[in-house]
Amino acid sequence: MSMPFYVAPEQVMKDRADYARKGIARGRSLVAAVYDEGILICAENPSSTLRKVSEIYDRIGFAGVGKYNEFDQLRIAGVRAADLKGFAYSREDVDARSLANNYAQILGQVFTHEMKPMEVEILVAEVGQSPAHDQLFHILYDGTVMDEEKFTVLGGEAETIATRLEELWSEGLDLRGALAAAVGALSGPDRALAATDLEVAVLERTAERRAFRRIERNVLPDLLPEA
Amino acid sequence: MPFFTPGDDPGPSFSSLVRRLGLSPETPSSDVGARLAVTHATTVVAIRFVDGVVIAGDRRATSGNLISHRAIEKVFPADRYSGVAIAGAAGPAMEMVKLFQLQLEHYEKVEGSQLSLEGKANQLGQMVRSNLPAAMQGLAVVPIFAGYDLGRQTGRLFQYDVTGGRYEESNHASSGSGSLHAGTVVKLGFREGLTRNESVDLAISALFQAADEDSATGGPDLVRGIYPVIATITAEGFTRVPDGEIADRFTGLLDVLASREIGITRLPENSTETGGDQR
Repeated sequence: MSMPFYVAPEQVMKDRADYARKGIARGRSLVAAVYDEGILICAENPSSTLRKVSEIYDRIGFAGVGKYNEFDQLRIAGVRAADLKGFAYSREDVDARSLANNYAQILGQVFTHEMKPMEVEILVAEVGQSPAHDQLFHILYDGTVMDEEKFTVLGGEAETIATRLEELWSEGLDLRGALAAAVGALSGPDRALAATDLEVAVLERTAERRAFRRIERNVLPDLLPEA
Repeated sequence: MPFFTPGDDPGPSFSSLVRRLGLSPETPSSDVGARLAVTHATTVVAIRFVDGVVIAGDRRATSGNLISHRAIEKVFPADRYSGVAIAGAAGPAMEMVKLFQLQLEHYEKVEGSQLSLEGKANQLGQMVRSNLPAAMQGLAVVPIFAGYDLGRQTGRLFQYDVTGGRYEESNHASSGSGSLHAGTVVKLGFREGLTRNESVDLAISALFQAADEDSATGGPDLVRGIYPVIATITAEGFTRVPDGEIADRFTGLLDVLASREIGITRLPENSTETGGDQR
């Protein structure tokens, strides 16, 4: 009978985290930022059919980076959880915080108990009545939840992009300004991103019910800063 | 948070998700209608006009011979380009509408695209079909579905029966206890190329005549200012006709009808004065 080698738990967790981080770093990054009339979610995504950003509920949006099938599975689970909750209780009882906690539980569980961790980072965003009430939950592959105030960056190069965004973003920007900041931060100084490289959606503060709106690629060039 | 393995996933259907999780209500095992007074919602009509469809319903709900609600609403948006109007047991009907609205939204969110109008109509048919066991126990729900087909650029109407049978109507549809009278009025007043205003007037007139003949259908309530719910569905989407406009149109109809009655002497239907031996 063969005995498995002893591996220290620290080492197991570190290996898993490295594995997940490597998977996430292979994909492109994504930015979410608060602007005066809502929340902007801007992803670098050359595909016009496979989405990284999508709608979960009336005032809640979802975005994921990393392995597509994994974050898409999480997205669908989120839509189901939200719709079921709204059906069983009331539409106003569905909130981003509880969804974020659910996601954190699942990711944490998978990270410690499954063969392989999920190679994803996800965002749950809820637009409030005013910018002070907007919520951005950034959830990592191991179930860590971060509650962000003004903007957040998901993906492999998150730190570099966040540093750039820190300089470009300011309070009270309009959609055009927030988009310019997001695209500037994503692209960096050495390259330019065109409308065909981006997937953009907003959660509109003034919307009556469903706040999620995609900004399609044919109208996007009008909002982007002149190249 | 519900998770499923790929082979066992309920897909984009919200009602099968609800069933899978055991949240759908149980079917009653005996005739509910015979034992308890069940609230019923009554007459609804839909008419195709040149830019789309108009869909309308009266406001009365009854249980047996009593009026249980004066201002119930039976016309609902299903999504942006379609609407549903219900007749039958009010409780299950409201539940069905809620589930149907959610079903369309759920599909759109999970799949990332909307169902076709045909697909929505079939979906509602399946929901009516799955209600059949409850219908056998006195909780029948018979809706009308109407929508604007963006592909064909026309309004379309669907009528159902309790078994989930789905029948597309080309011009008009009606359901509920007063549907016989309302349907006849619409049938006589319908012609190709009705404008929005003409079709709203026709719907108002149909509901008035139904209320005149059927005690379970409510007429305009001038005392409380309660009027039928009427909505149009066109390329611009589902729009409810404002109450003020409906009130004005009703006043117009009442004036026309009242003017016809002037000069007519009403014979007492059973009087001692005129009965019997007068020569």
